Amino acid sequence: MTQDRSIRSKALGDSVRAFAPLLIAVVPFGLVFGIVAAGSDVGPWLGGATSFIIFAGAAQLATLQLIDAGAAGAVVVATALVINARHFMYSAALAPAFREFPRGARIALPYLLTDQAFALSIVRFGEVEDPVYRRWFFIGAGLSLWVPWQVFTTAGIVLGAQVPDSWSLDFAIPLMFVILLVPTIKGRPELVAALVGAGIAVAAAGAPYGLGLIIGATSGVVAGVIAQRVAR
Amino acid sequence: MSNIAIIFAIGIGTYLIRLSFIGVVGDRTMPDWALVPLRFVAPAVLAALAAPAVLLDEGSLALAPGTNPRAIAALVALLLAWRTKNVAVVIAAGMLTVWALQAVF
Repeated sequence: MTQDRSIRSKALGDSVRAFAPLLIAVVPFGLVFGIVAAGSDVGPWLGGATSFIIFAGAAQLATLQLIDAGAAGAVVVATALVINARHFMYSAALAPAFREFPRGARIALPYLLTDQAFALSIVRFGEVEDPVYRRWFFIGAGLSLWVPWQVFTTAGIVLGAQVPDSWSLDFAIPLMFVILLVPTIKGRPELVAALVGAGIAVAAAGAPYGLGLIIGATSGVVAGVIAQRVAR
Repeated sequence: MSNIAIIFAIGIGTYLIRLSFIGVVGDRTMPDWALVPLRFVAPAVLAALAAPAVLLDEGSLALAPGTNPRAIAALVALLLAWRTKNVAVVIAAGMLTVWALQAVF
């Protein structure tokens, strides 16, 4: 038991230290989201609650953007879930390690699964096999994002109530998407997926019920798959 | 659908996606036909989110610099994001560009 406790504190310390450099990105992203939420039609309370309920930045931004644009509810839900579909991949990759965790942890911890927690954990799980260490490392990495995300989106909401419209702060949303987009372009098929997704989304922007985004995104995915086949 | 229902549906759906393979008992892995398209979800979705917000002005394509400062500012941000991973720098540069262009035009 004492041994478990020392493994736990080592794992937590390691994960917080590994996360520290990523914090620089979380602060402005959280602030921007909060400022956007403060000005959104959903209002500051519900907008802020998305950080707790959804806990996925890009999907949270897209959700508010689509609701503000008057998209149909089902389309907003479908679009956000398409954005978060990448977590299927993370879940599949982490599943073998999680199989060694207690049942409660297997059910509760996926809530903390994010791009960042995945990226750190999958690397560390390759180096350390002890399930106790792995569990606490994941918890530490997950909370390292969860806590500042709640704090800085809330701070953004408080600030956002005082920011005038003439500052064009809504432009920070597409800027954020650009910043998230760039590191996903790992090769030519990804570039094709992005270009086709962008082009079709612009062409379909007038589509009814706010369907333009999902049409563009799906076209981009199909184009990426085709581009990869052709390249091989 | 009310906004609260929309947001809870997304929250629950997102949790279930995160739980999916972790929650499954046994040694099931992800089939290739599902894995390959998922690789392209992030680039396709993020580009589809950014492009209309930057390139359209009230529903029509606006590419001339004088009419659309946002397109130029986004291009600046894109190039900077390629060079640096510093989110604060990219956001600051993008916002400053858009403010400067709005002041000029």
